[in-house]
Amino acid sequence: MSYRHIDQKPMKKDAMQLLLGKPAYTEDVTPADCLVVKVLRSPYAHALIKNIDTTIACKVPGIEAVYTYKDVPQNRFTMAGQTYPEFSPYDKLILDQRLRFVGDAVAIVAGENEKAVDKALKLIKTDYEVLEPVLDMHTAMDHPVLVHPEDNWDAKVECGADNKRNLVASSRWSEGDVEDVLNNCDKVIRRTYHTQPCQQAAMETFRTYCEIDYYGRLHVISSTQIVFHARRIIANALNIPKSMVRVEKPRIGGGFGSKQTLVAEIYPAFVTWLTKKPSRIVYSRKEVQTCGTPRHEMEMTVTIGAMNDGTIRCIDLYTLSNTGAYSEHGPTTVGLSGTKSIPLYTANLEAFRFDYDVVYTNVQSSGAYRGYGATQGIYAVESAVSEMASVLGIDPVTIREKNMVREGMEMPAYYHEIATSCNLDKCMEKAKNLFDWENKSKVRVLPNGHIRSAGVAMAMQGSGISGCDVGSATVKLEETGFYTLTIGAADMGTGCDTTLAQIAAETLECDLDMINVFGADTDISPYDSGSYASSTTYVTGKAVQMAAEDLIENMKQIVSQMKKVPADDMDFIGTGIKILSTGETVSLEDIATKSMFFNNIPVQITRTNTQPFSPPPFMVGMAETDIDPLTGKVEVVDYVAVVDCGTPINHNLATVQTEGGIVQGIGMALTETVTYTDKGQIMENSFMQYKIPARTDIGSLRIDFAGSYEPTGPYGAKSIGEIVINTPSPAINAAVASAIGKFHYTLPIRPESVLDALEEKK
Amino acid sequence: MLTIRKYVMAESLSQAYDLYQNKNNTIIGGMLWLKMQDRTVDTAIDLSNLGLNTIEETENTYEIGAMVTLRDLELHSGLNTLTGNAFTACVKPIVGVQFRNLATVGGSVYGRYGFSDLLTLLLAMNADVVLYKNGIVNIHDFVKMPYTRDIVVKVIVSKNNGNVYYTSFRNTKTDFPVLTCCVYHHDNHTGACIGARPGKALDFVMNEEETVTDYANRIHESCPFGSNMRSSASYRGKLCRNLTEYAIRQLQKGESSC
Amino acid sequence: MLITITLNGKKITEEVTADSLLIDFVRHHKCFSVKRGCETSNCGLCTVLLDGKPVLSCSLLTCRVNGHSVQTLEGLQEEAKEFVGFIANQGAEQCGFCNPGMVVNTIALLREYPDPSDEDIRQFLSGNLCRCSGYESQLRGIRAYLDFRKGDAA
Repeated sequence: MSYRHIDQKPMKKDAMQLLLGKPAYTEDVTPADCLVVKVLRSPYAHALIKNIDTTIACKVPGIEAVYTYKDVPQNRFTMAGQTYPEFSPYDKLILDQRLRFVGDAVAIVAGENEKAVDKALKLIKTDYEVLEPVLDMHTAMDHPVLVHPEDNWDAKVECGADNKRNLVASSRWSEGDVEDVLNNCDKVIRRTYHTQPCQQAAMETFRTYCEIDYYGRLHVISSTQIVFHARRIIANALNIPKSMVRVEKPRIGGGFGSKQTLVAEIYPAFVTWLTKKPSRIVYSRKEVQTCGTPRHEMEMTVTIGAMNDGTIRCIDLYTLSNTGAYSEHGPTTVGLSGTKSIPLYTANLEAFRFDYDVVYTNVQSSGAYRGYGATQGIYAVESAVSEMASVLGIDPVTIREKNMVREGMEMPAYYHEIATSCNLDKCMEKAKNLFDWENKSKVRVLPNGHIRSAGVAMAMQGSGISGCDVGSATVKLEETGFYTLTIGAADMGTGCDTTLAQIAAETLECDLDMINVFGADTDISPYDSGSYASSTTYVTGKAVQMAAEDLIENMKQIVSQMKKVPADDMDFIGTGIKILSTGETVSLEDIATKSMFFNNIPVQITRTNTQPFSPPPFMVGMAETDIDPLTGKVEVVDYVAVVDCGTPINHNLATVQTEGGIVQGIGMALTETVTYTDKGQIMENSFMQYKIPARTDIGSLRIDFAGSYEPTGPYGAKSIGEIVINTPSPAINAAVASAIGKFHYTLPIRPESVLDALEEKK
Repeated sequence: MLTIRKYVMAESLSQAYDLYQNKNNTIIGGMLWLKMQDRTVDTAIDLSNLGLNTIEETENTYEIGAMVTLRDLELHSGLNTLTGNAFTACVKPIVGVQFRNLATVGGSVYGRYGFSDLLTLLLAMNADVVLYKNGIVNIHDFVKMPYTRDIVVKVIVSKNNGNVYYTSFRNTKTDFPVLTCCVYHHDNHTGACIGARPGKALDFVMNEEETVTDYANRIHESCPFGSNMRSSASYRGKLCRNLTEYAIRQLQKGESSC
Repeated sequence: MLITITLNGKKITEEVTADSLLIDFVRHHKCFSVKRGCETSNCGLCTVLLDGKPVLSCSLLTCRVNGHSVQTLEGLQEEAKEFVGFIANQGAEQCGFCNPGMVVNTIALLREYPDPSDEDIRQFLSGNLCRCSGYESQLRGIRAYLDFRKGDAA
């Protein structure tokens, strides 16, 4: 199928403004002469505030207010941006007497300038009763110390949570006779993998501005992926009606899931609501690194049963996930560790089991990060499959080709959804050729002694949350015949303003410049769950298409009134409507003019889309690594990825999403370390210590597509935003293992352990 | 957060020195470290206008002013020709161009930081440090001196000591080093300076009868290493052995550092 | 302290505190392209040109810049417009937050190395972190501009 706008490479609508540095982000577009808000942070992983004295702090000139736990509403809420009722238990107060991690909020200070606020922060006198913290996720469940002993803790949705057991979620699920199948396999391997709580590290830290509007409502301008959930959470936190809150997002300086949680918003919202004065908070990088919402640390035990010919008959996965101090996204991320990994091996799978527990501990609360649990699970399962291939002496590509899910198959471990669109096999075929797997998969020693080798991994994700996510779009015909597309989804650099406009332009058969896009503002935008869970292209995109189609019908009705001809005698031709019987064309401009003159046919259409499925995108990643035998340093010299995201709406943006995701994945695999002191403090609290890849750290990235056609998506599209982070960890693990003869079971893969393995091998 | 009450652009070294005697005052080099500190400085003393930002060539030496930036070192053709690009190899991995345009030789040397790439190279070159009050001090002595309130004015490297090879290992290309290693051959002996142990760089002279491998093994065994966020002590030891052996062989082959 | 700075060609004489940082000074003067992304001089978002050289404005005292010339992306629009379209053609801008620092440093790169290799580009821009793009598309954009310029010259 050939399209005018779909699968093309139009420039992002905001590209030139952003590249030329025009003001676009929260801190650029809100007035600086507002109250500066900062938060006093707990030095302890677990403590009770015995006494807190703010008298001296309040006397600092310029200080407007200092708030403590005594000043805040006592109803608990969750900061997780999820559809109501949220899976994440309500376990949070704006400020709490109990402090649950190093960095938890002790007090809020608002003042006229940063200097005064910094001074006041130092002058708050706090007596802490230091309590024993729960720092090890292995012993957290049923630990005598409870992270959330409070009685008003509330799980809105049954997910196995029990605060009296430090449990946020728990589940047992199996199909087929796991023990029996395993007993009848030629080979069974069982391995345990650990992944670290990686940081999203969006370049723009959390920041929010609040003011009271001329109706007396709280107007929040924030760098958020989820304006509608933000409205609910802020209203819940402040215990005020939802109608009193308006949330708007300007340009967002990167999200990757971090801005799917209300990390910063509640503090200035509380200050402005009480003082009725504008206020703003800007998180420091240290706060983002220590009081943000990183990926859930997980430990996954994978058991795989296979036959000598490589047939994979059973996968058994147990995931222990660490949500940290609060529940945000704890019950939901964990599910993806199994449901986005096991189904990759649907073809010959006779039985599977997927059990999990999610525990509270006294460390930084986790949240949503691109991949959302799938990344962890795929690292584990894909690493185990590569090791199984190595044990069986089968090529790692061959074992995958033999067992991978294929189009039309029912995937029991993916809630029995059918793979309606799946080109995973074509992705593998294409990747093999592009990468030159046949030659590069052989371990080679270069003249300088460096060792080259290769690894492969597959991945899947979802496209929105099935049976839940709601995406809406409003398309409006405007004077002279251009259109406005209004959305509640959030472009956080991903380019959805542009890709959704492409869908509108394709349907409306017009130039992309004819579509103006607005998003997102709770007062203006049609309801949208928000931009997360890989939902925007698939869920909201379809709503755009439907709204545009309906608008065409209404425009025909207008022409019908104008020309007294039936609508079925017309053809929409982009620049206007052609009357088939007479050959006359009524221009878009004339229709637009008529729409504003004695007209009762709406030219503003809102359509809402929701889907009972979440069609997975699929992907294959192949990594060629170079190991320096002197240092054990691993470098990814070449990475090939072939993605089935259905129809790529914007070829360029899909490519760059893939490249960006892969580089984040390489960071997770090789350099992004998170360590805690024995007091629960995070050591990697800055970009000086938390090493995301710089451009000198990566080799070549080669991206291609093998798009299937998803019948329920807009123009056949599925998602791409998240899946792209999932293959590097297992592919690199396998590549390194092939060179050093040893798989890694914890991330990141450090040069030290590679060098040790090389020396052992000698 | 750093608070500075007063800023003074020094008009002379003696003025700067006098001001610096007050322990609430400080000299600002590149300000990259100072900026990250949570402290109050009474007077920040800036040496920018004292002509210390030049690299001057004499018959036998290069005199590197304290306010010369790391980027200046990286691009200086004389120094890099002399050392087989060791200066470039030494500073190029440090964060980025914008950072190296600020970071100064004086700041790097005065701080005597364990992780210092530059200090490792200057030790291998047996450089002299010129202090305002204390005069010329050999860098090997300087690194052992307590932190006094003297001012580093310049660093002098001898043209006879340019036979060096510099290498370092970093977890990412622009991170702090896990280990620095600069080997040299001058004054009739060969040696290696090992930094980021993570402590300050130490100098190990090679014995005449030693093979390169034995020498590298000896340093591995005798050099004290510590653990920090970036690496364990034992890994540093192995790195040290491997990099020293590699660097000496590169030096013997007459290879450039980059 | 009373200082005079030429900001994007315009002389500004103003009283600043001893610990005022250049990033805050230029943002106060509505140069919003200059962003703060870290506190440890690692990210490169705040890159400006000081007397033509790229520096981190987060790590410079405003007082120190007294008598000097500072250019932010606001003052380098024409030079930037020559090549940023090529970056946009790759979709490489993504969230855009790191773009101004990267664009300013690319201007410095192209002034210093009129015909840089890919390795030169990576090295020169290594202090400009980006979390969205994976960097390759930025490189493709700069490369496309250089190729275009060469074609133009031929």
